[in-house]
Parts: sequence; structure tokens; C-alpha cells
Amino acid sequence: MMLEQKAFLSGNEAVAAGVRLARPHVIAAYPITPQTTVIERLAEMVEDESLKAEYLNVESEHSALSACIGASAVGARTFTATSSQGLLYMAECLHYASGGRFPVVMMNANRSVALPWNIYGDQRDSLSLLDCGWIQAYAENAQESLDLIIQAYAIAEHPDVLTPMMINLDGFVITHTYELVSLPSQEGVDAFLPPFQTVNKMDLDHPMSLAFTAGPAYNQAFKQLQHQAVLSALKVILDTEERFGQLFGRNYSGLIESIHCEDAEFIIVTLGSVAGTVKPVVERLRSLGERVGLVRIRYMRPFPDREIRKALAGAKAVGVLEKDISFGYEGTVFTNVNSALMRSKVIQPRLLNFIGGLGGKDISVADIERLFLRLKSPDDGETVGFI
Amino acid sequence: MNYPLRQNSFKPPEKLADYPVGTAFPAGHLVDTNASWRSRRPVIDAEKCSNCRICWLICPDGVIHNTTPGGLEIDYDYCKGCGICAKECRQNAIHMENEGI
Amino acid sequence: MGNRQEKKISIRNLSDREFFYGHKGCPGCGGSLALRLALKVFGERSYAVVPAGCMSAVGFIFPQMAFTCNAIISTFPGTASMLSGVAAGARALGIKDFHAVGFAGDGGTADIGLQALSGAIDRHEKIIYICYDNEAYMNTGVQKSALTPAGARTATSPVGNRLRGAVTQKKPMFEIVAAHGVDYAATASVGYPLDYLRKLEYASQVDGTSYIHVFTPCPIGWGYETSDTIAVAKNAVDCGLWYLAEFSNGRFTLTHNPSEFISVQDYLLGQSRFRHLQEEDLQGIITMRDLKWSNIHREWFS
Repeated sequence: MMLEQKAFLSGNEAVAAGVRLARPHVIAAYPITPQTTVIERLAEMVEDESLKAEYLNVESEHSALSACIGASAVGARTFTATSSQGLLYMAECLHYASGGRFPVVMMNANRSVALPWNIYGDQRDSLSLLDCGWIQAYAENAQESLDLIIQAYAIAEHPDVLTPMMINLDGFVITHTYELVSLPSQEGVDAFLPPFQTVNKMDLDHPMSLAFTAGPAYNQAFKQLQHQAVLSALKVILDTEERFGQLFGRNYSGLIESIHCEDAEFIIVTLGSVAGTVKPVVERLRSLGERVGLVRIRYMRPFPDREIRKALAGAKAVGVLEKDISFGYEGTVFTNVNSALMRSKVIQPRLLNFIGGLGGKDISVADIERLFLRLKSPDDGETVGFI
Repeated sequence: MNYPLRQNSFKPPEKLADYPVGTAFPAGHLVDTNASWRSRRPVIDAEKCSNCRICWLICPDGVIHNTTPGGLEIDYDYCKGCGICAKECRQNAIHMENEGI
Repeated sequence: MGNRQEKKISIRNLSDREFFYGHKGCPGCGGSLALRLALKVFGERSYAVVPAGCMSAVGFIFPQMAFTCNAIISTFPGTASMLSGVAAGARALGIKDFHAVGFAGDGGTADIGLQALSGAIDRHEKIIYICYDNEAYMNTGVQKSALTPAGARTATSPVGNRLRGAVTQKKPMFEIVAAHGVDYAATASVGYPLDYLRKLEYASQVDGTSYIHVFTPCPIGWGYETSDTIAVAKNAVDCGLWYLAEFSNGRFTLTHNPSEFISVQDYLLGQSRFRHLQEEDLQGIITMRDLKWSNIHREWFS
């Protein structure tokens, strides 16, 4: 195990520290609250040469990702960061990066989407883009954010995957909260993360045509390959976490984190920082003899459907708590969890969808306690509700 | 060769494993020709040609080559018959002939 | 700023290699000629970035790849931003002696791509940006762009009882680019290929951003015979509706200064997109031309 330093960092600063350790060649970014301190720290690192990279102050988020794709297309390792409206402004390039299999790594500060304008955290920005072909991970705290950034390059650039990856941090709650963070050593990260190698690039010795057109006879095959690539990440994520744990001593639990689910009757499924609020409630209720549990989804794509089925197999009622809604239906996380359970042969638990935290609305310990009470109360026919 | 030739041996991919990684494919990879687009073909009169190469310069498809010593040759696989070369030839050394389809 | 090379580029020393071959461009396509000639000048160590538009649509249809150098399709708005990334990536990887060259159409440059182009010029990215201007969105079926000239009939600037084609003036892209303080900018026409080649060669030596706006007639969209592309491109210059100029070191210069103009009417009425124009429309176009030239003479040579 490599020696590590400790530092008191915000989530954004932890991301910047992780990016520096991963040694990207090109960083292109455009400022948006609450992402800004990531790209400010990176600009300073490039200025003082503690990070040797090309830093492009581009004119939009669209250009930020477009520039990263261009750099990736000559074989460079790239990073960008954005949030909310900026992520949506990138939307065309998100599909472009995944379709072209350019393993760009991006940090997204989860933030509400206008209108009404709001700079605080919810997850409607990234969850509305689940279908764009990116691997999507959701961090719970600054340490996990840093570790995910380093792991992201190993996952995204893996030859079986070769797919861009988005690390999501709840706006302000993670991006701007300071924690004591362990910083892996540079030599450790260098050992963990080999230089980016790919045949999917322009090469002056072997000229290539990239990002081409494929008509109806061929197009779907490329899409099948893309689907296979994202599914391949299921295994690559586990292998990567294992290697990471061996080198740095921090072990992660794969695509979900499951707490007390083995015998739990009532389980909350959520993602991101709110899991940190649920955990102490689960522990307190457990100490009172309640059979409750928590599933924290760490990856929304590829979706951990097997892990979810296994974790929820014995539950009587499950509440999916999310900072998102697909207007006119239900939360997108709920749709995904429900779909995973529908593939199960065992009896379905009762499923409820709790929509909360939109535009930064606080989700308190008392709220979580009420949600567990709701799960235990008789079915009132309502499935989706705002908290 | 200064220009690519049609790859007669190319087999279209049949299974997923035959497809390229990402969207990257070797440059200058031609599998079909443009000859069928043409209703007229330019013909160079070697007697009149002064080898000034204006036709080569301004051909949008780049299909006029100086592969023969002192003379020019048209790659009819990729000539579309636009007629620019005949129009711009200062020696009137190129005329257009109907393909007779 | 690079030094202007003394060896003059000519038909005799232009490369025999073809870097854009077997493409599916329409017969007589001016844009594909502009692209072909540019890559002959820039050579095999080029990374071509081509956004959605005619040249990407005709050049990269799997498994038919018409570029023989490295090339990539960018998003429609993303020519200059992807070029910036390609150049930065290559630099960071220690790759030397390369050209990052963009080929965008008029809509891809003056409309949807203007933001990214502006940013790249602002950063003085070491890139070469070629705008091949065929004065409308041709690939999608001839719709009006910001570079469609006044009076031109397109599918979205129709001719009817109220309107007679495009009602806006052609956006002055060359001057807009120059106003950024770009390292090098030029206008060109495929009707004057040697002038164009010379500007390409200069651009290849500039240590910063180069922009070349090349006039590339489109027989399908404009309505003239496929054999007339070079003639139409030359006539546009000779009648004064297009001009051949350069901008470097903060100064504008003409590289071709016609002492008199040929007939604007003949140029316009030779194309079906202008054939509906009435005498007053033609006089209006001539008035705008004369105003432009008086501005050129007053502002560029004062």
C-alpha cells in the first residue's frame, strides 16, 4: 500500500487533485456555478506547472467537450467539468463522445435546471441525459469524488469499454463542503493508471478517418457495439476498484453500496450525498430493532440491475428517494429500479417513489424518518409523492 | 501511388467483431467508384495538349493525373463528367463525349 | 507571425498527391476543389476537421473514406473548438510539424460555428480555418445562411408576391474575423486558384490562427451548368461582388484590384437563383457593391 497524504479539501478541490494525479494532456472548460472551483484550481495547477497540461479557456460548454473530443481523437487524455445548463448545452457532444468512443472524463456538479432559475443541487441535469451513452457515477463525498476521478480514467480508457465517463457530485453539498481527504501518491496513481493507448485515433503514420457516417446497413451495429461497451464496464468497474483497493487501501462496493439489506424489510434506495443523511437514520432505527436498510446507487449507467434485485429481494417495501422527476410520470431512478425488479422471479416488494430536494430543498433526518414510517404504513394507493 | 485505388478485396462486415473500434477507419479507403454518375466523359487530345495542367489544378475530383510521361490521363473510375476541364482548357484539347447510356 | 516564404507556389511545384479522392460531392462542386487544393498545400501531416455539411457528407461514408490524410467530422457548431482540441492534444503529446485544418461551409462558419471560431481566434490557436462559401445550406437542400447574398432564391428565402429571395446582406465574415485581430485572414475564389494557393501557403506558415474565406460556387444550388464553376467563381470577382484580399499585421490589402468591373447583371442572371430579380433589385445590388468598394478604397488604403 502506497503512502498517502491528508488534506482538507472541498469536493471540487478533491476532484481537481484527482485530475492532477491522473495527468490529463488537455483540459477544456467553461465556468458555471457550482463547478467553478474545479477549473480554477486546475488553471492554477497548470500555471504553476504542478500539472503539465494544455488548458483551454473555451467559449462554451459545447466547445469544452468538442475540444476534449478533438484532443481525444489524437490520443490525448482529457478532462472537462460542468453543471446543469452547461451539461445540457453539451448534450450534442455527449452523444458524440460516446458514439465515437472517446473516453473523456467529466465532472458534473449536479444542479437544478431552469426554469425557475436556481443554482442549488438536484440531479435532473445528469439524469435527464442517462441515454447519452456515458458511464454515470454518483459520489457521496469528497474522498469518493477524488477516487472516482482516478478510477474513471482506468474504466473509461479500458479497451473493452472505451466510453466517456461522468462523475456526478451534488452541487454545493459535495462540491463546496470541506472534508479531510486522503491524497494518493503520484507514483501510486502512475502505477494504477497506465498511459492512454488507443487505436481509435488519428495517426500521422497511419492516417485514419474518424467520426464517420454509417448508413442504415451498418449504423445499428455500431450502436450494438456501444451498448456492449457500456455493459462491459460492469466487470471493469469491479476489477478497477479491486486494483485500487490493493494499491491505496480504500475499497468500494461496486455499482451499489448496500447497508443492512440482508434482512431488511424496509429499504430506501437513493444516490449521492443524501445517502449520508439516510445512513445515521438507518443505524438509529436498527438500534431500536427496526429491520431497515439502505441501497446507495453508485452507478446509474451501466445500471446495476442484478445488484438491485439481490439487495431488495427480501424487502416488504422499498422507497426510491431521488432529486429528479420525469414530469408526467415518476422519477427516472424509480423507473430504472422498478424495471430491474420486474425482471425478478421472486415476489415484488411494494415500491414507492419519493421526489425531493429539487432546487436544493433540504432533505432532513426527520424527513428520512418519516419516509421509513411511510414504507411501514398500509398501502394508500399512492406511488409517487413529493417530500 | 499519389491517389487511392478501389479496394476490390474489401468484404463488408458481417458480424460485430468485424467492425472497427469506435468510428475510426483507414483513410483513403474506396470501395466503389463514381463512374456511373457520368453522362459525358472528357477526352484529352494529346496532340493539342500543352501539358499546362490547368485541368489537373481545377478538377474538383482530382482525377486528372500525369501518369504518362509528358501527358495527362483521366481516372474514369472517379470522373463525374462535370466538364470543368473541357471548359477551362486553353488549348481546347479536351472535349466531352456522350457516354451513350 | 511566420515569414512569408519566397519560393512562389505554382502549378509546377504543387503536390501531385491527392488527399480528397473518390468523394461523393456533386459534379462541378466548388467546395470540394477548395478542399482538395488546400490539402495539397498542407500535406500529409494534416489533421482535417470537417463539420456536418457538404464535405463531411460526401467524404466519410463507411466504408468509403475519401480523405487520404487524417480527418474527422466535428459537430456542426464545433469546427473551431474541435480544431483547438486537436491542436492542443497533438502539442501535449509532443507531435511536431502538423497542421490542424478546418473546412466548414458558410452556415457552419457564419451561423452555427461563429461562437467557436471567435473563441479560437481569441486564443490565437495555431489552426487554419477554411470557410468554403457556397452561399447557402446546400447539403440539406439549399436553405438560406448568413452568407446567402441579398436577392438569392433559396428554399427558405423564396420568391413570391411579397419577397424576392433573401432580404439580408451577406454577413462580412472576413471583416468580422479581422476585427478580432486575427493573425492572418484572406478571401479567395476558386476562380483565381493561384491566388488561393498562395494564401494557403502563407496560412501554413503563420504561427497563430489563419482564416481563409474561399468563394466556392455550387452548380446545383445556384442553377448553372456543372462545367461553369471556375468561370462563375472568376466572374464573381471580376464583377466586384467578391474581392480578393488579405489581413495581416493589422492591415487590409487587396491581392487583386480590378480597374473596371464586368457586368453584374450577366453574373447574376446567369444563375437561376437570381433570375427573378428585377431591374430595381439589380440596381440595389450594384449600389451595395459600389458602397463596399468605396469603403475598401477609403478604409484600407487611407
